[in-house]
Formats: sequence, structure tokens, C-alpha cells
Amino acid sequence: MNTFAASMDRFRFGPRQVARLGIVLGILAFFFALPPIEARAYVVPLLVGLLGAACGIWAVTRGVGRIAWGAVTVGVLGIVLGVLATRSSGTHLHIVVSWGALVASTLVWATPLTFAAIGGMFSERSGVVNIGLEGMMLSGAFFGVLGADKFNSWAMGILVAAVAGGCFALLHAFFAIQLRADQIVGGTAINFLALGVTGYFFIQVYGDVGSPGNLPRIPNVNIPGLKHVTFLGDAFGQLNLMVWLSFVLLIVAHVVMFKTPIGLRIRAVGEHPRAAETVGISVYLIRYASVTLSGVLAALGGAYLAVGFVGSFNENMTAGRGFIALAALIFGNWRPFGAFAAALLFGASTALSFRLATYSDSAAVLFQALPYVLTLIAVAGVIGRSVPPASVGRPYSKQ
Amino acid sequence: MSSTEPEQPQGGEPGGYAPSVAERLAFYQRAGGIITPIITAVIAFFMGGLVVLATGHNPFKTYRAIFDGTGLNWFFHFGHHHITLPFTHTRVFFWWDTNANANASYNLSQTLLLTTTLILTGLAVAFAFRCGLFNIGGQGQYITGAIVAVWVGSSWAGMAKGLHVFLAILLACLAGAAIAAVAGFLKAAVGAHEVITTIMLNWIAYWVGSYALGRGGPLQNKVDISVPVSSDVVKSGKLPTFWGNPELQALHVGFFIALGALVVFWLMLNRTTLGYQVRAVGFNPEAARYGGINVARNYVYAMAISGVFAGLGGAMDILGWQYRLGVLDIQVSNIGFIGIAVALLGRNTAVGVGLAALLFGALVNGTSTRGLDPSVFPPTLAGNLTLMIQALVLLFVGADVLVLAIWSSRKKIGLGRRAASPPSPEGAAT
Repeated sequence: MNTFAASMDRFRFGPRQVARLGIVLGILAFFFALPPIEARAYVVPLLVGLLGAACGIWAVTRGVGRIAWGAVTVGVLGIVLGVLATRSSGTHLHIVVSWGALVASTLVWATPLTFAAIGGMFSERSGVVNIGLEGMMLSGAFFGVLGADKFNSWAMGILVAAVAGGCFALLHAFFAIQLRADQIVGGTAINFLALGVTGYFFIQVYGDVGSPGNLPRIPNVNIPGLKHVTFLGDAFGQLNLMVWLSFVLLIVAHVVMFKTPIGLRIRAVGEHPRAAETVGISVYLIRYASVTLSGVLAALGGAYLAVGFVGSFNENMTAGRGFIALAALIFGNWRPFGAFAAALLFGASTALSFRLATYSDSAAVLFQALPYVLTLIAVAGVIGRSVPPASVGRPYSKQ
Repeated sequence: MSSTEPEQPQGGEPGGYAPSVAERLAFYQRAGGIITPIITAVIAFFMGGLVVLATGHNPFKTYRAIFDGTGLNWFFHFGHHHITLPFTHTRVFFWWDTNANANASYNLSQTLLLTTTLILTGLAVAFAFRCGLFNIGGQGQYITGAIVAVWVGSSWAGMAKGLHVFLAILLACLAGAAIAAVAGFLKAAVGAHEVITTIMLNWIAYWVGSYALGRGGPLQNKVDISVPVSSDVVKSGKLPTFWGNPELQALHVGFFIALGALVVFWLMLNRTTLGYQVRAVGFNPEAARYGGINVARNYVYAMAISGVFAGLGGAMDILGWQYRLGVLDIQVSNIGFIGIAVALLGRNTAVGVGLAALLFGALVNGTSTRGLDPSVFPPTLAGNLTLMIQALVLLFVGADVLVLAIWSSRKKIGLGRRAASPPSPEGAAT
């Protein structure tokens, strides 16, 4: 009887669920105005969105924090965007919103962010701030291209990228852990160092010609049966190998971080290193390993960008994606799935910004500021607050 | 998520995301005086030289060419020269050649142009640092200042000259202060770490700027709508120049404004109540709070003043020599980031920032396409060499422990015989 009550309790329709429903309604409000449904009357998104926002407000009054405010925001956004969509011309809508392509494009832009953000999670969960993600990603992009070119194999490209990213991360770890240098200064230095090193060797090796056009690329995974299915075919039929790997990484990272002793140790070292040391965990070892892993993963993200997606390298090609990954990590509250969700959101905003150019060039550019504004709001704690690991950024000295 | 300090809002870990740099700051100020920055710079240049050597170039010739590109050789043309006395046709002996090196004088004026801006972006980092805040947002504040300066300078035509320049500078400073104060406010109000917020604000400034000046943006020029560049600053909005041809980026009076800013920085920190409070918060926020100082308010003030410096830097560049701002300028500029290296190498002091700004200004100009002789070393490589040297400076500046260890082990490697005079830094290291 008791177990039955408990199981019923799990499916109880409480304020939290109402808030989630509100978010769904907010999204639907916008969705109804888009193809294939494409409601042309502005009442439709207005009503659905209002319902969603109402759910959110109700949940707020019942003391649900972050999700409820999220529902209110999503509801209002759904109304605004939905009404805008009903007023825009149908042809424009069809160019911007082709769902399959949009999902595929979102995943393409989200993948480098996912790799780097999950890498950053390992580093920061172990207590070392990693502002240098950008640089490690950039080094992965260049050395990935160099490796793929010189060994004539994309697999070697990935390997070389991982090693290079690991080296930069090891340097950061040495200064941050061993020398107890300021981790933010160190990370900034890593960014500049990677920018300088990749730029220098790019010109030294490839001169003015640029990287070769016949670079071996990371292959796409063609799923035979899926090709002619309407939506799924466009979205998942031809994704790059690294995109699928990022899904695997996501699950592995979650399991390792929250279900294994290793993850417990990493989190312990990041929250309270002295206590961890007391029970026999080597703080230095865990931090070294975590930071190095973060560099390897960030470099894989960069390698995907250069060897998998673009197929070439140019100077400073990551162009701030490492910082967006950092933002995704913070926005996702230092959790793998949170970071992934944020990476998807930011990836979608990038993918959309290219398509929004159909409406207006300048608005599409402005749209790219969105991830940073959202992150600013997240750290400001207007809608819930991102809470970092307690000891992140504090050098630890053994006693 | 430990809640050790009740006065910290939510999630109250001491110092929030990454501890405030305040604790290290006290160490920075004590450790090593002028010795560690010099060693840091020497190590960085040495390792840069190794990279040059490893890739098959001659490091001595390269550094010599970079030095010539900086224009600093203008000071070293001693010897047997003759100059024309002013207002006459008499030529007399003079030990310093002032005529024969127009090239060097041009290069020097370019170095000083960069130094002007670097002083200001360096001060922007340094001032916040003295309050225990790490302002990575110098770049965003600089861009914001530049955007406002170009807007005021190019659009409010028909104003009296002095007033126009003054207004443009004032509004640029205020804009820089406003965007920086957002980070200060978030730090004070909810404890959001300033490094994160300033990074985000940098990118917001970057994209908003790219939007405003880009095609179809509100500040784009109305003449050629295919080019994403602002209109030119009108004549009444330009700063007077005093050295060189104004068509070719002459040195402008902003140089003296920057030098003045160094003095203001020193006065403000060392001779005002605000400066005293800022330094107190920087050394130990808890002690400052206990002593009755409003820590939150000082965070906002310190960031805002930092923003004034960076915004002023943006205004100087626009009104002094650039006269227009394009999307490309915003996207390739990293002068605000170099300010971090300037401030840290200069140990966040007025004199140090001035000298470090000259060093980096010279380095950036000496390795530019304009300054460096391409037959000795390709400027495209040299630009990246600058980035590496800058990165190494940052790495080693952050690791005083290592630099001091190298310094204190100098006796072991046989350099110690003539090094008895400088004050021993070892005591400070422990």
C-alpha cells in the first residue's frame, strides 16, 4: 500500500509539473504559428501563450522558482514570436523554418559547444576555472587539420588535436595547480598562447595558401532507412560522426560524474579539497586529470569544427565559441545535460541567425548576442541562480 | 554550495565563482618590486626567440628588425650630425640627429598612438584590480566607448569645436562606465563573478557593435551602404594632432590625456577617500566591511571608473586618428585584452602601467605590417609572435612563485655576483 502511494506521489500533478506544462504551452504558442500548422490568426498563439504564462504564474505562487519563471518567460516569448510569425509572409516562413534542416543545423553548431562545455565541466567541477577553453578548442581545430593533412587520415587528425588540446590544458594545470597561479590570468594566457601558436604555425606551415582543399574529413553517418522519412531524415539522416559521439559523451559524462566513485572524487575535490585530501583522495592528481581531460574534449570540439564541419582552418576560427561553451556550462549549472540543453539553445540561436538574414541582415547579427544576454541573466539570478562548485578557482596547497 | 558566510547572498561560498583576486593582490603588491616584471618580460622574449629560432629564423635579426619597427631607435641616432638652427640657414654640430630618420619618427609616433590606448585600457584593468576585481571587460568597454564616440563625433555636426570633442569624450566615458558598472552591480547585488559577467558583456558589446555599424545598422554610413563602416567624424569632433601628417595617423593630444590619466589614477588611489576604500576592499573585503566601508558600493564605483578609462581609450582612438569605426575594426581589435597584460606586467601601478603600455605598444607596432621589414621576418608571423609573448607574460606574471624561484636561484646558475644590490624579494615570496 505504501509503495503504491509512493509511486502515485511520483506522478502527482504538482506545481512543478504545471510549470513544465506552461513551458510546453509557450513553445506550442509559437509552434502553431509556424509551418506545417501555420495558423494565420494571431489569436491562436496569443491564447495558447497566455495559458502557458498563466500556468507559470500559478506555479510561481506555489513557490516553484526557476522553472515557473521560465514558463512565464517562454509563454510571453511564445506570444511575441507567434504573433510576429502570423504577420510575416508565408514564403519567408518556409525559408526560415524547415524543421529537419533547422534541427540538423542546430546540432552542427551545438556539437563543438557540447564537447567544450562538458570538458569545462570536468575542469570546473574539480575546482579549476577554465577560461582557456577557447584556446584549447582553437588548438584542436588547427592541430586537427595539421594531423589530418600530414597523416592523411581524419582519425589521426582527431588524435593529434586531442594531444595538442591536452598539452595546452596540462600547461594550464601546471600553472594553476602546481604554481598556484591565478587561474583566470592563466586561462587568459592560454587563450592568447593558442591564438599565437596556431596563427604562427599555420602561416609557417601553410603560408598564404591556406590549408589544403583535399583534407580528409570526419565522415557523416548515413542511416539508410531514415533517408526518406520526412522530418527525421533531414534532421538525423546525415549527421557527422562527431555529433553522434557528442551524444555518447553526454551520457558517459553524466554517468561518470554522478554515478561513479571517480565522479564523486572530482566533485569532492571541487567542493572541499581539504576534506577530500583527508579521506585519501589526491587533490592534485584529480585536478591534473580533470583539467587535461577538459583540454582534450575542448580540442575535440575544435577538431570537429575544422576537420568535420568546415574542412579547413583559418586564424582564430573558433571566434569566441569557447566562451559560448563556458556560457553554456554556467547556464546549464555545471551539469552535463544542463550544459547540453544550453548548447542546443545557443546552437539553435546560431543556426537561426543565419536564416533570419532572410528578414533582415542587421537583426540576424544582433541575434547572435542572445546567448551572452541569457547567460548574464542566468548568473544574475533573475530566473534562478547558477551555483558554481564551492572551491572553483581556489588554488590548493598541500599541508 | 557551502554556506560559510551569512552576508553573501545565496549559494554564499566565499568570493563566489573563483575567489576574488584580492588575496593574491596583496601578494602581487609585495612580491619582488620591479624585479619580477623585468624577469617575466625577459623570459617571455627569450621563449619567443626560441620559437623564432626553432622555425628557422634568426632571433637576433628578428628582434632587431622589430626594434627598428617600433621607432624607438629614433632616440638612439647619436653621433656626428649637423642640424639647421631654427629661423636661420646656419648648420651647426649636434650630437643627436633629428632630421635624417623620418621613418623612425613616423614609427615612433605610431608606437605612441598605441601606447596612448594601451595606457587607458591598462588602467581600466588596473583600477578594478586594486579593488580586488578582475576586469576582463576592458575590450567591451573600449568598444562601447568607441561606438558612442563615433556616433557623437559623426552626427552632431555644427557644434563649437571644443564643446563637440568634450561631449564626445564625456559620453564615451559614461558609456564605458555604464557597461562596466553592470558587472560591478551584479557583483555587489548577487555576487555574480565579474569575470563571467565581463566576458559576457564583451561579447554583447561585440555583437551590438557589429549590428549598429553593420549593413542596415543604425550607425552605418549613408553614402555607401555596401560597406559596414560608420560615417566619418566631422572636423569639429577631431582631437588636435601635434606630430606627423594628420592624413597618416598623426600623434594627437590624446597622448597627453593618457599621461594625465596615469596621474589621475595615482592621485585617485593614493590621495582620495575613494581610493583608500577601494584599496582597502582590494586587500581584504571582509576587513574593509568590518571597518565600516560599504564594499558593494565600492565594487560598483571601481568598475565604473575602470569603464571610464576604457571608454576614454575608445574615444581617443576614434577622435584622435581612426575617425571612423567599422565592423572589422570591432572584430579584429584586441587592444582591450592587451590591457590585461599591460596592467598585470605593470603591477597595477601608474608608473608600471605607463612603462608596460610603452613596451606592448612598441611590440605591437614593431611587429605590424607597417613597422616590420618583411625581408627579415614576415609580419604575419610576427603578429602571432606578439600574441605568444603577451601570453607568456601573462602566464609568468600569474606565477610569481616560479619567477621568484628562478630569481632566488640565480646564485646557483652563477648570475649572482653582481646582483647583491637590489632588495631581496625572497622574503616576500613566502
